[in-house]
Amino acid sequence: MSLVEVTDLSVEFGALRAVDRLSFSLAEGGALALVGESGSGKSTVAGALLGLHRGTGARVGGTVRVAGTDVRAATEQELRRLRGAKAAMVFQDPLSSLDPYYAVGDQIAEVYRVHTRAGRRAARARAVEVLDRVGIPDAARRARSRPHEFSGGMRQRALIAMALACEPELLIADEPTTALDVTVQAQILDLLHSLRTETGMGLLLVTHDVGVAAESVEEVLVMRHGRAVEHGPVGTVLAAPRESYTRELLDAVPRVDARSTGSPATGEVVLEATGLRREFGRGKRAFAAVDDVSLTVRRGETLGVVGESGSGKTTLGRMLVGLLDPTAGRIRYAGEPHTGVNPAVQMVFQDPVSSLNPRRSVGESIADPLRARGEKGAGAEERIRGRVTELLERVGLEGAHYDRYPHEFSGGQRQRIGIARALAADPRVIVCDEPVSALDVTTQAQVVALLGELQRELGLALVFIAHDLAVVRQVSDRLAVMRRGRLVEYGPADEVYDSPREEYTRQLLAAVPALDPELAARRRAARRAPAAV
Amino acid sequence: MSGFGGFLLRRAVGTVITLLAISVIVYVVFYVTPGNVAQITCGPRCSPAQVHQVAEQLHLGDPLYVRYWHFLQGLFAGQDFSTGTSLEHCAAPCLGQSYQTGQQVLDIILGKLPVSLSLVLGGMVLWLALGVGTGVLSAWRRGRLSERVLTAITLAGTATPVFVIGLVLMIVVCGELQLLPFPEYVAFTDDPEQWAWNLLLPWLSLALIEAATFARLTRAAMLETLAEDHVRTFRAYGVGERAIVGRHALRGAFAPVIALNANNVGSAVGGAVLTETLFGLPGIGQELVHAVKVVDLPVVVGMVLVIAFFVVLANAVADVLYAVADRRVVLA
Repeated sequence: MSLVEVTDLSVEFGALRAVDRLSFSLAEGGALALVGESGSGKSTVAGALLGLHRGTGARVGGTVRVAGTDVRAATEQELRRLRGAKAAMVFQDPLSSLDPYYAVGDQIAEVYRVHTRAGRRAARARAVEVLDRVGIPDAARRARSRPHEFSGGMRQRALIAMALACEPELLIADEPTTALDVTVQAQILDLLHSLRTETGMGLLLVTHDVGVAAESVEEVLVMRHGRAVEHGPVGTVLAAPRESYTRELLDAVPRVDARSTGSPATGEVVLEATGLRREFGRGKRAFAAVDDVSLTVRRGETLGVVGESGSGKTTLGRMLVGLLDPTAGRIRYAGEPHTGVNPAVQMVFQDPVSSLNPRRSVGESIADPLRARGEKGAGAEERIRGRVTELLERVGLEGAHYDRYPHEFSGGQRQRIGIARALAADPRVIVCDEPVSALDVTTQAQVVALLGELQRELGLALVFIAHDLAVVRQVSDRLAVMRRGRLVEYGPADEVYDSPREEYTRQLLAAVPALDPELAARRRAARRAPAAV
Repeated sequence: MSGFGGFLLRRAVGTVITLLAISVIVYVVFYVTPGNVAQITCGPRCSPAQVHQVAEQLHLGDPLYVRYWHFLQGLFAGQDFSTGTSLEHCAAPCLGQSYQTGQQVLDIILGKLPVSLSLVLGGMVLWLALGVGTGVLSAWRRGRLSERVLTAITLAGTATPVFVIGLVLMIVVCGELQLLPFPEYVAFTDDPEQWAWNLLLPWLSLALIEAATFARLTRAAMLETLAEDHVRTFRAYGVGERAIVGRHALRGAFAPVIALNANNVGSAVGGAVLTETLFGLPGIGQELVHAVKVVDLPVVVGMVLVIAFFVVLANAVADVLYAVADRRVVLA
């Protein structure tokens, strides 16, 4: 009998049909990935496996059987016996998924005690045991720490430990690595892999990242608008997709091994930073977020800046546009010393939701730089409206969108609005801080294409800051790799990607998920080899 | 634990600075007023000679900062008061002396403080039990009839003035049913049992009014926590609803309840005037109203300082409890 048997599953939230007559099954010990963009219904399916929609007002149709339990027909008590004991779920955001007030070990022990008749002491011992298993160093001591005292990767390990506590037959992982750095992501995926081979449990992985799926499962199910688009062995689906949507999705995925198309720019230097340093905190707590960074940006070129969280890339970006003053070093724009905010150097922010004022129309937000520049006098309002309309159309929106509010737009459209706002001041340089990391791959590709188009047309210099090495490769002419505030490697993009000089750059590149399952397996073996020695 | 020690130290220093700032404001408000300060301080029945003496006592001829320094010195080191015929020493902490009654302000306050503290601390136990209990119940039974009934009752509690609730309680419990004596303050040290019986009604009426706010706050904080991701985690792991509400959601309500409670306790020490008056309890609030009425400036100043002290103290205690409840506070 299959571990998971889903037949004609439909889930409706009011008028929205999130999952539409979906059927699939998962054999014992098998691994299946649900892959799709946001809104495809993949997480809703994961929740339905544990009956999490019960009592939320969602209408669920079809049958769901998990580890011998008919989830829709089960009583509350039967459902509770399934949850955590036979099928355990690992959530996306490990910080908010743990109770901030209790020690990590106690939370795992609580779950263990719900499903076993274990006493407090035995449950704690079990918590330490599973924490140790997932690779938390000094597990007995760290079990007493609260979630905020853990790093992102350790929190995700702790959540996996919680899932392991009752030795479930099925592990459901909902975007388990989305919030993590690429090297940590590789470690977590390796951990999931070794746990599977060791315990023989089944894995249902929900992810938007095709690369993550290629690394972890045998079968993929591509979803779109709540329906199954394509279902088959991971190697076949990724190498020879039958459906056009799957092909589109795969084409949109940025490849870390794709050579950049542009030729290194030879234009004049527009932005030059020398010996930049920025400290935060005072006295003993002071630390340098950016330390001795020197770089140049030329007209018409894109400088990619990559690094993991905490590497100082955002701090660097903010200094380049003048939002932060450097503690030491200087920045020159077109040869002139550059302090404070300069209209010629603009910024596009990471989060298109929170970087637009929700209470003002998008037209007003885009008009801000124009007004700040002192556009006034007779006919100023018309001129501003005309210019904003032009900008909206330039970034692929409609002029009539002027009076709409941010919540009426999708993530990709909001990022276009952010780009229009940056363009309003007629900049020569735009610093983009993770401009596409909140977007789906197909939207990501569109926004990246738009930036490239604008660059060619207007001769803009771009500084493209991102943690995703593949996206950066796609756009960059030159590349700066940052680590702990310092520039580790700096040079032409193809050179850095093809023959990295530094060990750290090599590690970063090796951790990027490969779209080829066989290559992924070889890399995993290579990562494990040094540890076995 | 050095982080926690450092936190305590920082908090203690902050408390002292706040108290000093309050003393400056109180001094300026009461002693740097237009008109004859010495006359006001001494009271309307003072002779010119007495007024002159008070003016000297207050160092009115000196610059402002010197006068404040003497005021502060009096607080911390004590000072001597001349009553005309003899010299009386007021030991630190000296809050001054009432020129109308000749009593030392500290003695007046110390006489009233046990009454106020008995009322407020007992009331606090009741309002926390009633308020948090109701809040937990209504968060647990959210959306059902029992929750709506509870919400209506607590709302009625907030909306009803203490003199209505208190009077009704007294008429019913003491008058009609004769279950309890009409309240009269009995010192705890004299007879703990009578102390409690007599204070039961004042506690209850104070609690009924405060409980509503706590119930609503607890309910709101718990519902907020119930919508958070970590609650979803425990549901997905088969943890029962009772444990989720009782352990995880309730914990989220600790911080706001502690903060509100600190404010209420602090201000009720001097602010429960209506309750004190209604039940004839000779507490700080009543004494303050009396002192204001007869314009006994030193007593008013002393009381304001003491009340401010309790508000600041209650908030400092709350901050520490806060940090114990949620260690992330220490890092901030």
